[in-house]
Amino acid sequence: MTPLAAIPLWLALPIAFLVMLGATLTLIGAIGFLRLGNFYDRLHAPTLATSWGMGGIVLGSLLLATQVEGRIILHELVIAFAILITAPVTLMLLGRAALHRDRSEGSAQLPESLRQRRSPETAENSESDE
Amino acid sequence: MSAAILTFALGYAQLVLSLAACVAGVRILRGPRAQDRVLALDALYIIVMLVFLVTGMQLGTMFFFEAAMIVAAMGFVSSIALAKFLFRGEVIE
Repeated sequence: MTPLAAIPLWLALPIAFLVMLGATLTLIGAIGFLRLGNFYDRLHAPTLATSWGMGGIVLGSLLLATQVEGRIILHELVIAFAILITAPVTLMLLGRAALHRDRSEGSAQLPESLRQRRSPETAENSESDE
Repeated sequence: MSAAILTFALGYAQLVLSLAACVAGVRILRGPRAQDRVLALDALYIIVMLVFLVTGMQLGTMFFFEAAMIVAAMGFVSSIALAKFLFRGEVIE
C-alpha cells in the first residue's frame, strides 16, 4: 500500500471517483444483460462496460500511473483505443449472426418485416461483396 | 487519507467487477441460445480485463497492464471467431 499513500488528496479523489464510476457502470450493464428479455435488447447492455465502464477505469489507471511514475504515461490509452475499435465490430457481427440464425429458423422474435429472406438480387450482391 | 480513499475505491471496484463477472457467468449458464452465450463470454472478457487493470493499480505494478492488453486482444479474436462460427458453421472457409 506504500505507493498509494504518496498520492496527493486532490488527485486521489478523482481517481477514486473514476474507478468507482467505471465499476458501477459495468455492474449496471451486467445486470441489464441478465434482465433484458430479448437477444437484440441484450446486445446493448455490454456497451456500458465497453464505453464508460472501461473509460473510467482506464482514465483512473492513467492518472495513478502518471503520478506514481512521475512522468506522463499514456499506454493505458492503447487498451481504451483497442476496445473502442473492436467492441462495435464484435457486436455488429454477433447481431448479424443472430439475425441470420433467427431468419433461417423463422423465429417469432423478429418483426414480420425482417422475417423474410432478402430477395435474390440483393443476396447475390452481398455475396459478391464478401 | 488518500491511501484510505484509494484502498476503499479499488476494493469496491474489485468487488463490484467480480459481481458483474458472476452475473455474466449466470447468463453463460442460462443463455437460451448460443449467441447469448457468446455475447456473455465477450462481456466476461471485458470485465476480467477491467479486474486486471484495477488489480494492477492496487499492487502498483505494470505487469497487469500487459495481461489486460492480452486479455482484450484474445477476447476480440475469440468473439469474432465464435460469431463467424454462428454465421456459417465454420470459422475458416
